[in-house]
Amino acid sequence: MPHPEHDSYFIQRGPEPGGTGGVGRAFGETLRGLKTTFNRLVEGVDTVQYPEEKIPVYPRFRGRHRLHRFEDTGLEKCVGCSLCAAACPADCIRVVAAENTPDHRVSGGERFAAVYEINMSRCIFCGYCELACPFDAITMGNDFELADYNRSDLIFTKEMLLAEPLERTPLRAEGE
Amino acid sequence: MSSTFVPMAETFAVETWWVQIIKGVIIALIGFTLIPAAVTVERKLLGRFQHRYGPNRAGPYGTLQAGADILKLLGKENFRPAASQGFLFYLAPILAVVAAVATFAIVPLGEVVTIFGQPVGLYGIDVGIGPLYVFALGSIAFYGLVLGGFASGSKYSYLGAMRAAAQLISYEVAMGLSLVGVIMITGDLSLVTMVEYQQEHLWFVLLQPVGFLIFVIAAMAETNRAPFDLVEADSEIVAGYMTEYGGGGFASFYAAEYLNMIIAGAIATTVFLGGWAIPFWPDAPAALGPFVVIFKTFLFVFFFVWIRATLPRLRYDQLMSFGWKILLPLATLNALITAVVVVAI
Repeated sequence: MPHPEHDSYFIQRGPEPGGTGGVGRAFGETLRGLKTTFNRLVEGVDTVQYPEEKIPVYPRFRGRHRLHRFEDTGLEKCVGCSLCAAACPADCIRVVAAENTPDHRVSGGERFAAVYEINMSRCIFCGYCELACPFDAITMGNDFELADYNRSDLIFTKEMLLAEPLERTPLRAEGE
Repeated sequence: MSSTFVPMAETFAVETWWVQIIKGVIIALIGFTLIPAAVTVERKLLGRFQHRYGPNRAGPYGTLQAGADILKLLGKENFRPAASQGFLFYLAPILAVVAAVATFAIVPLGEVVTIFGQPVGLYGIDVGIGPLYVFALGSIAFYGLVLGGFASGSKYSYLGAMRAAAQLISYEVAMGLSLVGVIMITGDLSLVTMVEYQQEHLWFVLLQPVGFLIFVIAAMAETNRAPFDLVEADSEIVAGYMTEYGGGGFASFYAAEYLNMIIAGAIATTVFLGGWAIPFWPDAPAALGPFVVIFKTFLFVFFFVWIRATLPRLRYDQLMSFGWKILLPLATLNALITAVVVVAI
């Protein structure tokens, strides 16, 4: 309700604490609180038992990277252009390119990545490498369980990135 | 003139001496077994109250967690701060545990039964001063708290000890007065007699509802349970009187605390909930007695955990004014009215 003269409002205040009425109200409110917590007890548990039970990730989830091959020829898609390394804000990708020769053909293009390393301990999983890649050779997978005992083990080589990953993370469809 | 020996307290023993020793050991072991049970129940329940599981990794459904914790604590180094006072520092946790276990002796778990031809009362001792014994040993346990806080040579411990002193004295008065009504109706201080009275008549929770309420609230304050856990308020004074304790000392205080909670529940069961009596089954087998008492005790443990999950900690002045301005007058009024009614009938 606006005040008739000032530019202010009357706010209805709660009852004053203390006194005999305060004791009664506190008792009632305590019972109400007990009811609230008991309802939480009845509702059951929300915890996901993580290592045994996993929440599926969406396809757009940006997990560990993967490198891809052409399905028909088996050649690598990566041509060693280093655009991913240039786009990487964390500077965690190292590419050393080499020429394809007729008797040693690795990729579909003129050149291939002789060394392709991603340092997972630096990667921020922004997905810029995926966007930068002109051949869709690198994509973000859905694996997020990357813990390891040594930092050096977190530098993923080309072979590791090309390999078919273990099915460790359940996937769900978009909108599921 | 022949001098008559008047004992300070009468104890009514039906057993021979060696049965009493065996019984004492078994009852102490029951007490120590109930501690991890209460810890597990509390942690699991508190988890459920907060939409989580609580401990569920060690053993089936996490039942071995409490045992694992105790083993871990006992395996830790027993160090003490440089400022602490050695003898008192080590005496305090022992005092707390001894007093708690000794209090457990008085809880009547059942009536007198015959085991292998020997009459055995299913309780540690049946003393003629029941509740007074509880309060006396409760005060000794409180020495453990205050000495522990004092001897630690730490400010947090000292604050906790001072809080313990103020809080326990305040609530012990109301707790004692809440039982006066029951004592007047029974006309006897023995806890076993109280249970027998309730078996014959009506449970005291119905005869003395106000006394019951005051007793439960004061018991929560006496055992430093939330919302009266100012003594060890972890967000204010780290852990109060047990801040400087680690390993065995901490385990002892922790065990004493939970045993005190069980005892508070057991005394409330005995005095107000009919002890080993099962409603509408007056001639239940005596062997069921201990299970009934433990079941009812854990109802109280459930209630204490429920309260802990619900209410925030009281402010210090709220604690004091609640104890002195509400509980104490209510308890006095309850005792007065009961006295008038008892005399009138």
